[in-house]
Amino acid sequence: MSSRSSIFDMIGPVMIGPSSSHTAGVVRIARVARRILGQQPDEATITFYNSFARTYEGHGSDRAVVAGLLDFKTDDTRIKTAFDHAREANLVYSFKSVGNASTLHPNTVKLNLTAGGRKVEIVGESRGGGLINIAQVNGFRADFSAQLHTLIITAEDIKGSIAFIADVVAHDDCNIATMNVSRKGKHDLACQFIETDSGIRPLTLEYLRSLRWVNEVIYIPDIDL
Amino acid sequence: MALLFDSFKEWHQYCEEQKQPLFEPVLTYEIEQKGRNREQIWEGMQKAYQVMKDAVRTGLEEDMISRSGMVNNGAKKVYKAKTVLSPEFQKLVARALAAKEVNSCMGRIVAAPTAGASGILPGILTTIQEIHELPDQTILEGLLVAAGIALIIEQNASLAGAVGGCQAETGSAAAMGSGAVVYCLGGSIEEVFAAVAITIQCMLGLVCDPVAGLVEVPCIVRNASGAAIAYSSAQIALAGVNPVIPVDECVMALGEIGQSMESRYKETALGGLAATLTGQAISKKVLIQDIDILPDEEENRNL
Ligand code: SF4
Repeated sequence: MSSRSSIFDMIGPVMIGPSSSHTAGVVRIARVARRILGQQPDEATITFYNSFARTYEGHGSDRAVVAGLLDFKTDDTRIKTAFDHAREANLVYSFKSVGNASTLHPNTVKLNLTAGGRKVEIVGESRGGGLINIAQVNGFRADFSAQLHTLIITAEDIKGSIAFIADVVAHDDCNIATMNVSRKGKHDLACQFIETDSGIRPLTLEYLRSLRWVNEVIYIPDIDL
Repeated sequence: MALLFDSFKEWHQYCEEQKQPLFEPVLTYEIEQKGRNREQIWEGMQKAYQVMKDAVRTGLEEDMISRSGMVNNGAKKVYKAKTVLSPEFQKLVARALAAKEVNSCMGRIVAAPTAGASGILPGILTTIQEIHELPDQTILEGLLVAAGIALIIEQNASLAGAVGGCQAETGSAAAMGSGAVVYCLGGSIEEVFAAVAITIQCMLGLVCDPVAGLVEVPCIVRNASGAAIAYSSAQIALAGVNPVIPVDECVMALGEIGQSMESRYKETALGGLAATLTGQAISKKVLIQDIDILPDEEENRNL
């Protein structure tokens, strides 16, 4: 579909105030982070950068990020009282501010999450109007918007793996909207970030997971659902 | 081929040729561009209007104090105060303030077109519905017309304070509301678009200068004034007064002024009210001061 705005961007979105970039966008980044972790975190360290570093408290971005980790949606009235809900859910969190990370987007937040033995690190940018960009996942360059359906595949960097995965996804009748591959070194682990226009079937995900050279498959359907 | 909302002129022509009311091509646009069906669109608009009504009520009933303390139950005070002009006008102002205060206090609102201007349409629409005893359906049609107005402004100027100043944000919301009012009262296409043109003419040049960068001062009172200007413009337009400068050209002026506005007047909180002595003092008090500053070498090593 085209890049033209929806009338529900003009009369909408329905959201929790005060600002789409400080509340809605931050909730969505945290929801993505929770999906990547695969469960509710036990512990979260949240770092706000640049413009966010000063304004996050006044705009309620601290509550928004905790609300997202609790999987609240952007229009959930519990965002305002997210800290109370975090206590009930045994989610421990702390905040940091860094003022001058000049290479990062003005409204950047980094989440370090742990649950059981699992740890993830996500860097997200709130780009205005509630739109987000997930810039990094566990040190891999990511760059996806989470607006569509997102597939994150960590795999050994073997020949033909990218084409193979694209082929499998295409066979599921999924149109690939964007695809990014990031690797730490040659023949090291590679991470593929694939956004598709329509959903991917569980069977296809199972198949991808069963491949010997695939370490992990994370699937994030529409983040607002 | 559906109308793409590039200009008011095309919208006008299209409706005349197809003998359609103004809201109809907005429906078609959403169906063709976003794959929604009519039922989903009406439902979505009904939901949005419900959230607007709820926000007005919440702001007038519940305690509205923001974390900074700059918002402190203003709407309720206005509602109960001595009447200056008329009870209707008083309610209009109180309702626009109420919905916007809900936004500042982390309540649920409709960003229409943005969160900063989220009090304007609720104030305008709930008041016009009450005064003229309009059915919900008329208001929903008015909302679609407002959406069409916003699509054109977004295409040719901007809807964001950070891009075009407050004229783009509260100015656009007021223009949407004013057009919707004239539509809801049965005005002609010319009159609806004249209302939009006149509202823009009144809002041009308004800078975005939020104190401490928070969407509170002056944002909240500008939601009230935006609603008031929408009504004065609707009154002028419905009388058939010619705005002289056609609406599409008014939108161009909005875009041109927005472009030439210095960045300190675009949500950066570096100019205008934000830069006043009191504005700076408030900013010192409410913004986080305890910030790590990375040493130079690390600063560029990403994280
Ligand atoms: S001053 Fe700026 S932040 Fe406030 S309502 Fe106007 S555009 Fe929005």
